[in-house]
Amino acid sequence: MAVNPESLEARASANAAGDALEVVLAGNWQITKPRPAWPELLGAQNPARVRLRVDEVGRWDTSLLLFLFEAQQWCRVTGAYCDTAALPEKIRTLLTQLAAAHETSVPFDRSESFLTAVGLATQDTIANAREIAHFVGECVLSTVRLVRSPRKFRWRDCLEEMQQCGAMALPIVGLVSVLIGVTLAYTGAIVLRQYGGDIYIADLVGLSMVREMGAVMTAVVLAGRTGAAFAATLGNMKANEEIDALETLGIPAVQFLVLPRLLALGVMMPLLALYANALGILGGLIVAYGLLSIPPAAFWVEMLTIVDLSDITTGMVKAVTFGLIIGLAGCLRGLQAERSAAGVGRAATSAVVTALLLMIVADAIFAVLFNALGV
Amino acid sequence: MIDPSQTTDGPAIEVANLDCGYDGKVVLKNVSFSVRRGEIFFIIGGSGCGKSTLLRHLVGLHHPTAGTVKFLGESFTAASTATRRGMLKTFGMLFQGGALWTSLTLRQNVALPLEEYTTLSFREIEEIATLKLAQVGLGGFEDYFPAEISGGMKKRAGLARALALDPAIVFFDEPSAGLDPVTSRKLDELIVQVRENFGTTIVVVSHELASIFEIADRVVMLDRAEQGIIAEGRPRDLAVDSRDPRVTEFLRRGDQLKET
Repeated sequence: MAVNPESLEARASANAAGDALEVVLAGNWQITKPRPAWPELLGAQNPARVRLRVDEVGRWDTSLLLFLFEAQQWCRVTGAYCDTAALPEKIRTLLTQLAAAHETSVPFDRSESFLTAVGLATQDTIANAREIAHFVGECVLSTVRLVRSPRKFRWRDCLEEMQQCGAMALPIVGLVSVLIGVTLAYTGAIVLRQYGGDIYIADLVGLSMVREMGAVMTAVVLAGRTGAAFAATLGNMKANEEIDALETLGIPAVQFLVLPRLLALGVMMPLLALYANALGILGGLIVAYGLLSIPPAAFWVEMLTIVDLSDITTGMVKAVTFGLIIGLAGCLRGLQAERSAAGVGRAATSAVVTALLLMIVADAIFAVLFNALGV
Repeated sequence: MIDPSQTTDGPAIEVANLDCGYDGKVVLKNVSFSVRRGEIFFIIGGSGCGKSTLLRHLVGLHHPTAGTVKFLGESFTAASTATRRGMLKTFGMLFQGGALWTSLTLRQNVALPLEEYTTLSFREIEEIATLKLAQVGLGGFEDYFPAEISGGMKKRAGLARALALDPAIVFFDEPSAGLDPVTSRKLDELIVQVRENFGTTIVVVSHELASIFEIADRVVMLDRAEQGIIAEGRPRDLAVDSRDPRVTEFLRRGDQLKET
């Protein structure tokens, strides 16, 4: 019966003759299949001379070289003479290349000392702060230029972005807001019921939503939805040299790409926050009615005793600021993205993190400021 | 074909002692050359020698650490922001992948520079954009988006956009990259046609030997180890006469390819 040459396993035999050992290799040596191990072949023998030879080797690849190299290395360590003269010239050349690769493949030490790491991090922070300041300044200058010649503003792009970040975000913002209203009402009910102050659920939900939660939750949703999308879009445009194409035409990327997006978010954020306020209050009202049997009219009247226009204005000021922060962070990170798929991914992540961080900082500043102003 | 030696005006581009690099790395040092008006000039060299880096410094995408670049006798590197913006109108650029704005149709892509720099009516701009697209063989594709056309068509659309303002100089970054030989040859013919029709000065970054021997009037060859220019002249002269083995090895292979 004919033997299928493909089925022949890699084989190695060792024949001792005095202090010499002749190693003969045969069969198919493939990297994806098992190969004989040098220590097992050697056993307890300790030859002074090893002669390597191939005989009836079918298909072979790096697997054969690895075995021969292992033998060579053993000879080097033990001081035995390794005779490769019987090997074909091609294999000997590859073996030399493998030895060279082994010598140069020492892992590069990329670790840094603590001081170096601190220094580099400080440099990065300063450079980052400078870039943010430069970018904001460029946005302001471009805005001034566009106010002088509004014809050059990309109104169509702006309207498309408004639809994307505004109208298309209504379902998710609505759902999140209702649930926030429900959560606030439930949480408030735990405490207020004990003191018979059920009706003040309306004040709690109304004030929290209008002054704080409406704007904050909308901003959180938009940071993840729109800020990341801005960064990914601009990062991808940078990778495709579309931004370079704008620069070579003398069209500032900030004017062409950033301002329409900023305006879109600046306009849509307060509108979405108002919508979030309404749905959050609705969520609270449903819980108040269902759980505490407070009639909707009583809820509404009670809420109006504490929520006034200044509270709504406060929320709107926050919403506009958060919108601009999300837009700036998304566009900045997009324009800073590295020209690769991984760079675009990192830009999107960074945009969300930057937006959320700056948003919380701004919210804290607002809290102090409004308290000082007595608003 | 225009004989560059017949042009009597000053050079279209003068580069003097230019140092190029980015992120603190020096890629090219002390690069000097000039490009005559109406010339098809190639910047050639092996991969990683700094061809595209030099091009990005020429068009202002990177700022050189030293040296000057002059377009039509006026310094680009020393120009104020406003002057630079004005000078950008004098040249167009075709990027390696076309770099078309993906959210705009081909017509809108070509129309954008016209909207930005002219006071032409909407209708006139539309007509010019259609004409430019027809000149590069993309008539009928005006309302296609970049994602809906092939790589070769993207490059031609990119060329139509680069030609939108009828620039005096057009830069090409690896125009043959990613194209089959037939499409690549057609693009070469288009480049020659642009020069013949409008007397445009053409600067091409490429290592495509077939294109170099076919359409280049003159070349400069960059070398990675040298960090600068190692040869300048007509490609065929360099292939035959150069004593630098790096130059002959690079160019003679192209000559052999052409003969086979």
